Amino acid sequence: METSFIYEAKGQTLIIRLPKELDHHNCRNLRYETDLLMAENYINRIVFDFSRTRFMDSSGVGVLLNRYKQMKAGGGRTAYFGAGPQVQRVLKIAGIPALMEQYENMEAALCE
Amino acid sequence: MDKGERMMEHMEKETDYGTLGRLESMTLTMDSLSQNEEFSRVVVAVFASRLNPTLEELDDIKTAVSEAVTNAVIHGYQGGEGRIELTAAAGEGVLTVQVKDRGVGIADVGQAMEPMFTTMPEGERSGMGFSFMEAFMDEVIVESAPGAGTTVTMRKKIGG
Repeated sequence: METSFIYEAKGQTLIIRLPKELDHHNCRNLRYETDLLMAENYINRIVFDFSRTRFMDSSGVGVLLNRYKQMKAGGGRTAYFGAGPQVQRVLKIAGIPALMEQYENMEAALCE
Repeated sequence: MDKGERMMEHMEKETDYGTLGRLESMTLTMDSLSQNEEFSRVVVAVFASRLNPTLEELDDIKTAVSEAVTNAVIHGYQGGEGRIELTAAAGEGVLTVQVKDRGVGIADVGQAMEPMFTTMPEGERSGMGFSFMEAFMDEVIVESAPGAGTTVTMRKKIGG
């Protein structure tokens, strides 16, 4: 499904595969779903996978920032990979690169 | 003069009007629904393609339109029923986009446009909507009053 989030837990890392269009419409379920996953599993790192994402706006940034704050509050970390040109520019304007680790691909992100 | 020649003459005239700055426009009215955020940005991007924008300019336009329409859905109509009017105009290498709602309106436009300001701090909102519109377009004008709805007009020079 191009419009849904796909979650994968690897040890204490939660990988969130973001949808093709990361806007307010598609972000509606993310908070509830990640909260549920984080309550059931011990997660100290979130890795966002942008490989499928062609578009993101400030609603996507809001979701990312909230997960970042959530992880930071518990001493955890947040990272991302696979961002295309549009996503890169939006992330940059929002100041995300200063908050989250950036990787080339999933292998590099999980190598940590 | 046969039909073909008349057609050519007509097309040449059209081109002349174009260089004189003829304005082409479109208006769409739609329900205030979150799925219309994507619909709106795609429609405006396709409309804007007549100005031969770069891919980067198209991304900028899509992002700004998405922000304005999302604001109308979330804040203007607070997720409730309403109609959003989307207008786009192209002429002389400039794209103008207007997003109009008849929702609750904004009491303090200056405050609403401050980076990171949000009326929903407990929610998932970044408060960057207006900042994004200003970052991706050349000009952003917000007209609003409580109870009178909000009209956002954005302009962007394309190419050159």
